[in-house]
This record gives sequence, C-alpha cells and structure tokens, in this order.
Amino acid sequence: MHNFQYHRASDVNDAASKLSACDDPKLLAGGMTLLPTLKNRLAAPSDLIDLGNIAALKGIAVEGKEVVVRAMTPHAVVAASADVLKALPALASLAGNIGDPAVRHRGTIGGSVANSDPAADYPAACLGLDAVIETNKRKIAADDFFLGLFETALQEGEIITAVRFKVPDNAAYMKFRHPASGYAVVGVMVAKYGSKVRVAVTGAGPHAFRVTEMEKALEASFTPAAIANIKVSPEQLMGDIHCSAVYRSHLISVYARRAVEQMTK
Amino acid sequence: MGEFAIGQPVPRFEDPRLLRGGGRYVDDMAFPGMLYGFVLRSPHAHAKITRLDVTRAEAAPGVAAVLTWKDWAASGYGDLPTAKGKTKRDGSPMYRPKFPALVKDRVRYVGDPIAFIVADTYHQAQDAAELIDIDFEALPAVTSLADASKPGAPLVHDDCENNICFIYTEGDKAKADAAFTAAPIIVKKRFTISRVTAATMETRGSIGVYDAAADRYTCYTTLQRALNFREELAQTLRVPESKLRVVAGDIGGSFGMKSGVFNEVGLVLLGSKITGRPVKWVCTRSESFVADAHGRDNVADAELALDRSGKFLGLRVNNLVAMGAYTQPGTDSGAFSNVGTMAGVYTFPAGYVDVTAVYTHTNIIRPFRGNGRPEAAFVIERLVDMAADEIGMDAAEIRRINMIPPQSMPYQTALSFKYDNGEFERVLDTSLEMIDYKGFEARRAEARQRGKLRGIGMSYTIEKAGAPGYEGAEVRFDRTGSLTVVCGAVTQGQGHETVFKQIVSDTLGIHPDEIHYLQGDTDQVFFGEGTGGSRTSALGGTAVMLATNKVLDKARKIAAHMLQVDQVDYADGVFTNPKTNRSLTMKDVAKASLHPKNLPQEMEVGLNASASHYAKVQNYPNGCHIVELEIDEDTGQVEIERYVVVDDVGTVLNPKLLKGQIIGGISQGVGQMLMEEIRFDPDSGQNLTGSFMDYCMPHAEAFPHIDIKSHPVPTATNPLGVKGAGEAGCVGALPAVGNALVDALSHLGVRHVDMPATPERLWRVMDEAKRAG
Amino acid sequence: MDIDVKMTVNGKAVTGKVEPRTLLVQFIREHLRLTGTHVGCDTTQCGCCVVHVDGVAMKSCTMLAVQAEGRSVTTIEGLAAADGTLHPMQEAFREHHGLQCGFCTPGMVMMGVDIARRLPNADEKTVRHQLEGNICRCTGYQGIVEAIMDASAKMAAKA
Repeated sequence: MHNFQYHRASDVNDAASKLSACDDPKLLAGGMTLLPTLKNRLAAPSDLIDLGNIAALKGIAVEGKEVVVRAMTPHAVVAASADVLKALPALASLAGNIGDPAVRHRGTIGGSVANSDPAADYPAACLGLDAVIETNKRKIAADDFFLGLFETALQEGEIITAVRFKVPDNAAYMKFRHPASGYAVVGVMVAKYGSKVRVAVTGAGPHAFRVTEMEKALEASFTPAAIANIKVSPEQLMGDIHCSAVYRSHLISVYARRAVEQMTK
Repeated sequence: MGEFAIGQPVPRFEDPRLLRGGGRYVDDMAFPGMLYGFVLRSPHAHAKITRLDVTRAEAAPGVAAVLTWKDWAASGYGDLPTAKGKTKRDGSPMYRPKFPALVKDRVRYVGDPIAFIVADTYHQAQDAAELIDIDFEALPAVTSLADASKPGAPLVHDDCENNICFIYTEGDKAKADAAFTAAPIIVKKRFTISRVTAATMETRGSIGVYDAAADRYTCYTTLQRALNFREELAQTLRVPESKLRVVAGDIGGSFGMKSGVFNEVGLVLLGSKITGRPVKWVCTRSESFVADAHGRDNVADAELALDRSGKFLGLRVNNLVAMGAYTQPGTDSGAFSNVGTMAGVYTFPAGYVDVTAVYTHTNIIRPFRGNGRPEAAFVIERLVDMAADEIGMDAAEIRRINMIPPQSMPYQTALSFKYDNGEFERVLDTSLEMIDYKGFEARRAEARQRGKLRGIGMSYTIEKAGAPGYEGAEVRFDRTGSLTVVCGAVTQGQGHETVFKQIVSDTLGIHPDEIHYLQGDTDQVFFGEGTGGSRTSALGGTAVMLATNKVLDKARKIAAHMLQVDQVDYADGVFTNPKTNRSLTMKDVAKASLHPKNLPQEMEVGLNASASHYAKVQNYPNGCHIVELEIDEDTGQVEIERYVVVDDVGTVLNPKLLKGQIIGGISQGVGQMLMEEIRFDPDSGQNLTGSFMDYCMPHAEAFPHIDIKSHPVPTATNPLGVKGAGEAGCVGALPAVGNALVDALSHLGVRHVDMPATPERLWRVMDEAKRAG
Repeated sequence: MDIDVKMTVNGKAVTGKVEPRTLLVQFIREHLRLTGTHVGCDTTQCGCCVVHVDGVAMKSCTMLAVQAEGRSVTTIEGLAAADGTLHPMQEAFREHHGLQCGFCTPGMVMMGVDIARRLPNADEKTVRHQLEGNICRCTGYQGIVEAIMDASAKMAAKA
C-alpha cells in the first residue's frame, strides 16, 4: 500500500470540504473494496477521508412505500433489520448474502453503490427496486446512476447519503456466486410493481443493467415460461477464466427464471 | 491400557497453545533491528533482461541494501542444488540447468526472482522496488506441458532439446505390447492432470540472522525436513553444516510445497550478512501464486486391455510430467517414484509406463500431497470405470473380479510395487454397505425429479508410503523426572507431538503434560530425514518407540539394582518385584539415574537414549472411497451429497487424527477435481490465477459430512504395524469424484470430464452432449 | 505524518503511533506483538485475521488501525477466561479436532464465536455457509463445523 494522508470527517459537510481541499482524495466507507485495491497498489490516492464516524449516515427508515437505507449502514444491519425483513425481504436477503459475515459487518451500501463494481450486489437492488440515490447535492434515479465499469453519475465532491428503495408488491434476488471470489457472477433482481416489472442484473456486464425484454414479457405474463427463451447477448457481457460471457448469458436466463419461480410459488 | 495409549482418540496436546493464539510461525518472530525484504520478480514468462539499474532504489528512504545477481556472485555463494540421477532416452544424463537465486540476464517464468530489496519496513522495500529501472526483451514462452516438446516450441534452456529433462520407464514393454495385441477390448484416454498449488494458509517465509563474530548463520524458516534443508542450504552457501543452524517454528501447512530450499532463503541470509542485521521475508498470498512451487501438471495417454469377462490384461501409459523451469532435489520425484501406483489393486499381468519429464516456462513443480499418487490413481481408476462402461459391467463388480486376493499376498504387480498385505474385497464390501450401493438408483430417480443429475463414483486406491529411509528420535529425562522427546520429523499440522507423546507416555508412565516435544532445530535434533511421503508414523513413530524402549530397558536395570533384585516387573510406570514390598516409579529411577551410586557398575549416568529406525521397504495403505453427487442441470453446479471412506492404514495410532488426515486429504482431492487450477495465458504466459480472487479454494460449503471407517490390516514392515495416512485421502478423492461426475452424465453419452469440473465446464459438457443428442 | 491511535484491546487500553496505511492487523501483530491474529491473504477472503470489533467479527486485514480509534477489539488472545480456562469454542475445536496446522484457527474460532452469537441454533448447512469467508487448507472443515455446532449449543445453554 502506498502511503496517504488520513482524515476523519465529522459530518457530511466536513467530508465535502475535505474532499475539495485534497489533491487526489478518496472517500473511505467500509473499505471492503478500496482497502484491498490499495493493498495491491492498484490505486494511490493522496488522501483518504473516513466517513465512519458520521452518525447521521447510519440507519434505516421505512417512509410510506419507501425503504431508506443511509449510506454508511453495514450490510449485516440491513440483513437483520426487522423493518427491511418486513417491508422488503428481497433486499434483506441480498444484503445477507454479500461477501461473508465479517465483510457484511463492515461493508456499506454507500460504498458499494458509489463504486459501481460490476460484481457488487446492491446495484441490482438499486435498479430493480427503482431506487433513488441521494447525495449531499441532489437525488439521482438509479436508472441514471450506473454508467460504466466503476463509473457512476457522481460528480466530484458528491457524497452518497442514502439510498431510497421503492417497496414492490413482490421481489426476489437470486445470484450465482463466483467459484473463487464469491462475488456475483450473475445476480438478478426481479420486482413487481402493480402491472410493472423490473428485472435488473449485476455481475455479468461492465455495470448493472436492466433487461427490458424480460420486463415486457413478464408484464404480459408473470410466469417463468414467459422469459424462458429470452437471452441477453453475450456480446454485451464480461467473461473471465471461470465464467465466460456465453455462460453468464445463460445464467441470467436461469436466475431470472428462478427469481420469478420464487415469486410465483 | 491408559487414556493416552496407542489407538485412543486422544485430543491433541499442541491444540491449547495454538487455540490461544500462541502459535509461533515464522512471521510471528521478530528480532531487534530486523529489516524486511521484498523480492522483485519477473513479470514475463520468458525474457532477456536488457537493463537492470538499482541506483534509484538504493537511495530510497529506509533502504539498507538492494541485492542483484552481482551481489550473489560476489558473496561466493553457489547456485541452488538441483535434481540429478536420471537419464535421457539415449542414456545420456538428464538435463540439469543451473538454478540461480537471482537471475542474471534471462527470466524463465513469471515470478523468477531478479532483485531483493532490504529496508527498515516492508512498505519501504516495496516502495523502493518500484524505483528499480529494468528493461526486458520479451521472448516466446511455452507454459503448456502438452505443447512443450512439440517441434518449434520455445526452449526454456537453449541447449535442452525439446525441453526434455529426462525419461523414466517402468514395467515390461514387450510383454505389455503383446498383451495389447492379443486383447479383445482396449479402452484408452488422454487424462490431463491439472496444475494446482498447495496454497498453505501460512505462506512461505524466512528470517536470516548472520552472526559475524561467530561466522555462523541462523535461518528461521518454513520447511518439512530440517536436516535435509540444512544440507541443501550448506551446499548453496558453500559452508560446512556446522556453520549453519536451521530452525522451524510452527509450520502452517506444507503438503510438500515447503520442502525445498527456495531462493528467498539464501536471500535473507545474504541480506543479513551484508547489512549486519536480521532480515525477514514473508511471502504475500498473491505473490505465493507466482513464487511458490506448484503441484501435478501431467498429461497421460493411457490404455487398459481386458477380455470380454472384464479381466484386465495389461496397462500402457505414456506420461508427460511437467518440471517447471528448473529442478531442485526431489522436485523430479513425482515423475517416477509413485508410478507403481498405476497398477492399482489389480492382478493384470503386463504393464508399461513411459514417462517424459519436461521443462516449461512455469514455476517449479514440487511434490504436492500424493506426489504422483493421485495422478496415477486417477489414470487407473478412471480407466477401470471406462472399462466397466465399455463391457456393461458394474463398477464395483469389475473391481472385485480383478482385485488381488489376500491369499496372493505378497503380490508383485506388473509395474514396480510388491504389496505385503491388504484385504481389498472386504474393504470394498464395507464401503458399498455404508453408502447403500443397492439403493442408489432410487436416489438417482428422486434427484431427477428435482432437476438434479445424481451420480455415484468409487475409487479403490493404494499408495506407497514410508519409502525406504530413516528417522531418528531421542528421549531425554531431566533432573526432575520430566522429559523431552526429540524427533527428526517436522509437523506441519499432522499432530506428531500428540502421537509421539502417546507412545512415550503410555510406555514410560509419564503424564503427557510433563513431556516436552522438540523438533525442527538443527542445533538440537541429531538425526533424521524429516517429514514427507506419508512416513512419519511408520518411521518417526518407530524411532520414538525404539528410543523409549531403550530408556525403559535401562530403567529396568537401574530399578533392579536399586531394589537389589535380579529383575523387576514393570507396569504403568512402576517397577516392582514380588520379593520386596518396595517399588520405584519411573520418575524415581530417572532422578536416581543421575547418581553413580544408584547405578550398576560401568553404567553411564542419566536416563536418556537415542534411536534411529531405517525402513528397508515401504508400506501400502489402501482404501475405498465412494461419493454421491448431484449436478444442477441448469447451471452445472455440483453438490457432493454423500461421501464414505473405508481405509486400511494398518494399526491406527489415534483415530481422531487419522480421520483428520483422511478428510483433509479428501478436501484437496475434491478441490482439484472440481475447482482448483493454476492457469497461464497461452500467449503471454501470465499466471491468470494470481490470488484467491481467481484461484478457487474449497470452502466448508463444498463438502457434506464424510463418513469414515477403518479396516486395519497391520503391516509387518514396521514394529508398530502402521501404514502411511497423510496422502491417502487426496489419492482416493480425485478418481472417486471424477467417476461420480461421469456417472451422473453418462445417460447423456458423456464418457469423461476433465478437471477441474467447474460449473461452466459441466454446463458445456451437458450442452454439447444434448446437442449431439 | 504518523497518527496517534488509541483503542481497547482485550480489555486493556492501548495507544500507538502509526502510519495511516497501517492495517489493524499490523498494529495488533507488530505494535502490540499479539501474533495470534494471522494474515493468510491480501484479498479479504481467507479469514485468518478475524477479530471482534465492538463485539462483532471483522477482518483486521481490511481495516486501517486508525479506523479502530476508540473501539474495543478482541483478539484470539483475549478469548479465554481471565483464569486461563479456554472459551467453549476453543475447547470444542480441540475436542472435535477442528485444527491441524493452526494457522487459520484463530480466525476460525473468532468467526465461530460470532456465528454462535448470531445464530445459536444453526444447523450444519448454515454453519458451513457462514464459513464462506474463512478458508482452511488442512482439515476439510468437518471438525471445524462440528466444533462450532457443539460450542454454539454450549454457549446458548450457558447464556
């Protein structure tokens, strides 16, 4: 790890001003992706600004038909939250299967979403559950947020403060874990809002994306059979030595079908 | 029989210390003024170094030294020792390249050490490495074993034709050829045994401490064989062994990998000599994938001849075995020392195996749990299943009719081994009963209802263990009547301390809490070869027993003398004689032994003894594994549902530890069959599996509860009657799981699945089979 | 450039001066010389470094020492009772032969305690799943899983 200056932010404004004052800063949330990246010398920020002590960035609230998860809430807290388990069990299940128990105790939703790691789980939840990503400056619809590999709509100096999920009638998240790393190779969130359906995929492409063809088919008939023959083209997917793009394409169909099966059981 | 006696499931004596965080692994050791080393490694599989300038690095903060080949040459040290003894096909000596600790102008695998940076902190050493100015001229590389001997393949060493290191053959070629010519049925297949890595949870590491005043080196390191290690290191440093002390702390797993003297061992010692301070190097996990020796990597073209009744007639195998870019003493042994395993437990009359050892632009291959045994077992046991499939015979039945019956023991196989004993059919029957073999088809049908393809697979494997060799041990009573046991064997987690203490405690009646176990320090251990090849129970255990018996014999004499009787009775640590109501404990005798007045004339004072045991012949542990697994038809994911083992490792010294060895071995065999593989990019030669993000390790979820039964048939080759147990689990697992996978898919027309059978590979196999319809 | 840190480790207040890039595990091992917590990988996957921070399992290799400022850390050395009696989880690992080389063991034990606290009645499948962030190369996990289940039951009965 290269060395850096460390700053502990007292609140969001403090973090923002430190962010603008530093040369090449990075925000430190749970650090579950950032610290391994630094350890392997794949990045060398001049400054780390730690959000860990900002109490206002922690917690979960159910507000009407929305579940608000503040940015620095660890995955384990989301997974165990009685509110989330009641209102949005698919989100609790997703959070409860990120990484491993120790990672879930530290990793946060804000860090996961801000990083747009192609293999992270939360981006599928954001897209699938029609979320709004709230920052210190504005609110961004999830549909406009994930732009590319590790690339989001966040601007310089912008800090995620919360993610606001819309509670669906029904939803399910299914994932195929990478045989070595345990990250999502394919994670599919299917959510039903009245006659509308959202199908979001993470792990398979350079960033999380929706599969509109499946959504339309499910809106016409919410059955596993409706999407049995819909494939996402491997050309827009990633591949590695364990899971090729062709295989990922196949898995998307399998896991979307399994999510629908679970929802229609 | 006491609570610690041989055969009791005694919990380990080493555990409380390890469970409290009191383990003392090499990275836990620190010395005043200690510096930290970082190795700059080749990023190319094959390249010329056209420029190497360390000036900027030397000036970096905290840097004490930057070593290159020039410093090594100036030190007077030599190259690392290499393997020797084998020949090429024309009888000329095997090709033995020099193995430099730091390369001069040519790198031969990704990870080849180029420079060693020594600094106040590890971070500083790593920072400075980035300041080394180095240019390469990349050269074509060959990392694939199957391609390395083809005409036109890039050469690892310019004067080594076709990259061939040596040739080894076993069996009778003419006889085997004749058997095949006459055979009505032949099954043949190319089996690729993938390259894997030991991935011990503790990585390798060394601390070098040079004492200039005494002109003596001390090396704290990870190893398996302290005295052999010192011998190789002394050759490298060109110093007498008396100038060198090698010390092993706790070793966090090895499985063969840590048995060599690697480059970094010499580097920390040279670093210490140059800087005058202790130098520590500990491998990081990601570094270990390019810095460690790997295991396996074979391509076997194998065929089995049989008659229409299913009786085997002969075996022929052409085996390519990777060596990596260099050799070290023993790294070549996987190519020849366990080829005999290919004969299995069967009676066929003719066999011939032709092995070609080949260099590639890859990490050195070292023995890895089994060292040729799992590879060979996979070949024979897959062929047996293919033969059964070919003639429509049950997999258990074809094994049964070909097995060597107990009444034929000792039995000379068609290859090299002569088995002393074994009750193969009884072990097979017990295993079939444990898994409810007859009920399997019902379980398969039930799984089919759930979209799962269930398969059953078995293996019956046998290995050579405790190859001819020696081990030494000492038992030393001290002045309070407690004692120290010393052995040349070095545990890497097997539990030597427990078993040795059991032997000593039960014989001498001293509570294990009062016995200290000492190992791995060449200044204190006088004799022995160390651990490896499933030998320590047979060789080390016997040596400990012999030393213990010597002590007991002497104690009897002293006790008789003290009780003024001709001889004494002895039981549970107490000496008695019916002629007197006095008795003496072992402790009494041990304390008394320090005063000549208590001793018969001419007897030396002290109660201690050393012993060595030389095993003239090996022993043959064997066993049956049966596994049931299910493949997800949609995704290719495998779940092992049931796993049973019946093993014959001779006398069981401690069933708890035996079970641990078998299950641990199984996990590595399952890992290789289902998920693990070191892979190189065929074009660039880059290692594509350079961290736990890409190299797939088995987790707890990969296994069901494994059921184990022992069927001990004690061997007469050692006084304890034990056979080796360390490698057996791994050997049996590879073919058993491989056979179960094929069984699950055979209805689709699938006849073989290569390792590792990852979900995608199985999905493709199913997909292709369905398309072929 | 160096930063002062203070925290509680195994019940004792400790302080230190560290580079910002110092990981919690380095602070524990190198500054405090508590070497029972191990480093087995560099990608947050092996779990050899698991400690408890404010009572929950965390990977000390993926946390800066400065992030533990003011918090309470328990390492393997702090698990046994003050009189030296092994914690039920440690005792169960011994009884069920849940360790061989011992290197992954401190992390396994600390994770085992965490699992037992969160899921006192976990079945075998759940325990195996919960160990997704801990790698053992020696045991094949069977003894570890048995130990965690056994100790969980004993811890629940005591609580």
